[in-house]
Amino acid sequence: MIAELGSFSLMVALAVALVLGIVPIVGAARGNTTWMELARPSARALFVLVVAAAACLVASFVRDDFSVLYVATNSTRALPLRYKLAAFWGGHEGSMLLWLLILSFWMFAVSLFSRHLPLAMVARILGVMGLIGVGFLLFILLTSSPFERLLPAPEDGRDLNPLLQDPGMVAHPPMLYMGYVGFSVAFAFAIAALLGGNLDATWARWSRPWTTVAWSFLTLGICLGSAWAYYTLGWGGWWFWDPVENASFMPWLAGTALMHSLAVTEKRGAFKVWTVLLAIFAFSLSLLGTFLVRSGVLTSVHAFANDPRRGVFILLFLAVVIGGSLALYAWRAPKVGLGERFELISRETLLLTNNVLFLVAAGAVLLGTLWPLFVDALGLEKQSVGPPYFNLVFVPLMAPALFLMGIGPLARWKKASLPEIGIRLKWAFGVSIVSALLLPLALGKWSALAAFGLWMALWVFAATVANLWSRLRSLSGGLASRLRSLPRGYLGMLTAHVGVAVFIGGVTLVKSYESEKDVQIDVGDTVAMGPYTFQFKGVEDGARENYIYGRGTFEVTRNGRPAGTMHPEKRQFVGQSEPSTVAAIDRGLTRDLYVSLGEAVGGTGSTAWIVRVYYKPFVDWVWGGCLVMALGGTLALSDRRYRLARSGRPAIEPALSATAPA
Amino acid sequence: MRYLRYLIPLAAFLVLTGFLFKGLWIDPHTVPSPLIDKPAPAFRLTQVADAGKTLSRDELLGKVWLLNVWASWCVSCREEHAVLVDFARTGVVPIYGLDYEDTRDAAMKWLGTLGNPYQASLFDPDGRVGIDYGVYGVPETYVIDKTGTIRYKQIGPITPEVLHDKIVPLVRKLNA
Repeated sequence: MIAELGSFSLMVALAVALVLGIVPIVGAARGNTTWMELARPSARALFVLVVAAAACLVASFVRDDFSVLYVATNSTRALPLRYKLAAFWGGHEGSMLLWLLILSFWMFAVSLFSRHLPLAMVARILGVMGLIGVGFLLFILLTSSPFERLLPAPEDGRDLNPLLQDPGMVAHPPMLYMGYVGFSVAFAFAIAALLGGNLDATWARWSRPWTTVAWSFLTLGICLGSAWAYYTLGWGGWWFWDPVENASFMPWLAGTALMHSLAVTEKRGAFKVWTVLLAIFAFSLSLLGTFLVRSGVLTSVHAFANDPRRGVFILLFLAVVIGGSLALYAWRAPKVGLGERFELISRETLLLTNNVLFLVAAGAVLLGTLWPLFVDALGLEKQSVGPPYFNLVFVPLMAPALFLMGIGPLARWKKASLPEIGIRLKWAFGVSIVSALLLPLALGKWSALAAFGLWMALWVFAATVANLWSRLRSLSGGLASRLRSLPRGYLGMLTAHVGVAVFIGGVTLVKSYESEKDVQIDVGDTVAMGPYTFQFKGVEDGARENYIYGRGTFEVTRNGRPAGTMHPEKRQFVGQSEPSTVAAIDRGLTRDLYVSLGEAVGGTGSTAWIVRVYYKPFVDWVWGGCLVMALGGTLALSDRRYRLARSGRPAIEPALSATAPA
Repeated sequence: MRYLRYLIPLAAFLVLTGFLFKGLWIDPHTVPSPLIDKPAPAFRLTQVADAGKTLSRDELLGKVWLLNVWASWCVSCREEHAVLVDFARTGVVPIYGLDYEDTRDAAMKWLGTLGNPYQASLFDPDGRVGIDYGVYGVPETYVIDKTGTIRYKQIGPITPEVLHDKIVPLVRKLNA
């Protein structure tokens, strides 16, 4: 009964979404106020209906209703409650419902925080989002309903994939989808502006907070996913360039470009066409990512054997949404005009270069991800594209972007002077290069790559500090009050840039100085790594709620002094063939110690194991940097001018306010 | 002309859509084997269970059979093995093993603990026959018809779906 209620709720939601997708947009075209006013209540009704459907699925999980196929496939009686809740998005059907849920959440948010927008704009934005909702609702109802029955109901379910039974599963997918789907708002703004023909600075100012919040969520989501992979896969890696990760990284790159481009459009009225295109790209890449992950085109063999309709449907949907918006772009964009002019050396140019680099990077990831598909479709020789390709492409693209990142925020709009920038950044440049050359020596081994990576990180950091200093110096009062008088948007940007510096520093140090050992070890044996010694004390067996485990014990000493005990685990879940690994990690600001159990070796009676031990210097800075970036986004979001957006600010600032918040 | 450049993103997307559409119908894991529809390479090898007994390709002519390449060191073979043991019980088609780059002791222990789905397993310690068959990842499985021609190659573990969708229908057709 509950499941049928869920299905019914989605059917009503489809009807509402159709109304929302058609009536207000037509109303906006005809200037019919009543029709336009339908947008907000419809969006809210849609949200309520989708929440109701989601609640039905949650209830089915909590009540162990295994007559619902999706519940039977993704849960068991023994599954702890938190994972019964997270099992919501443990499979294809639920993930699609989560997508829809978050889309309707964003629509609800737009309907609440759009009082200052003209009615026609709101009608178009919500209408476009409603149309996207129609697509997803049709997809769910026709091919992927999580409310499908399984009769007669089995005694118990097949369990959630053990790899997913982890706190990471609770937070990572919703965060990621908040980001992915959040770009639908910026997309809808862009389409609405194209439809209405009003691509101006105001449009950019309205789009900015929505883009920033989506970007912050996406950053957090990717960060959580990476941290989760790090401790759960047992290889000590934190990024694998696999298609699923790339699917989330591409919209991030496009979204980053979009954020910066929006700044220019808002401040200077330039880049309008380009910004619209980026908004379309960011969301298109989110959709494409969903397609790649969900259709099985790249990853699994049998995703389609069961139901080829799914793949065809998503592709069709993709073609309509992306193709349609690009066609609209081709039709309307030529009339928009190019906006304010600027000189070759100006903040505009620097931001444009940054944008191009990010977009090329996204293109490179797309190419690498789809390469196997191109090769297959063209019948060429099979080749695999792995981390070496991505690393090869990424370093040369990101290095100039990072260098410009130091300069950009200090350059003047419209026309900047190189000597002036040189004077303001000479200390940052000198200090960063000298410390980058010396630091690797202090760390024990000099390598050009380590020095270069550190220079990039230190340069971004030092240039950001120089920027802040130049702003603070011109103000009066104590440090705290000076800081408080700076716009939050500006502080948010600086914070995010510092996050990038932290991230690059972490990546460089862990890549250059990590070490690993793969050893066979028996009780009492030790493994030495740097100043640390790990003594193996054995593996003891036990059982918890829904799995049995082997728990290893390692005594760690540093230069002979005790430095703690570590307990890596091997878990065997009920009803699953493959065991899963939970690495033991001793985290620290400057290094992680990482131990994971491989296989038991020798027959019964043997106590020997294959064990992997890693020493990972500064690896936590990788995620720390991402957190700081997301924090920067949040800080920018709290900027006062988004709250006072109604006040009549001039659309374009005079070119003189050189270090205005970006 | 000026308007044409605004069409570039759309054109690029349409090309991409074409590829994605084609991708829907391609199994990303198939590597077309040059040996399909070619005679299975000849061999004469000793059996795992008995170093004194040999088996050659020509002795198997006249029936449809599966050649399953396995090894005791191979992790995914373990996953596949249970499927094979069940499948062997149905008696749809005889399965012969090719024990690839393995030792006799380890192989016998493996068959002893996990069950033996094979009519016989060929012992190929230096992987020569494996190379003739183009084995590059274990497990791999070949369907060979009555005339000794390779009709299908499965790379990676056999799953119940593969049996149900590909191998069983093919064996039925070849036997008809």
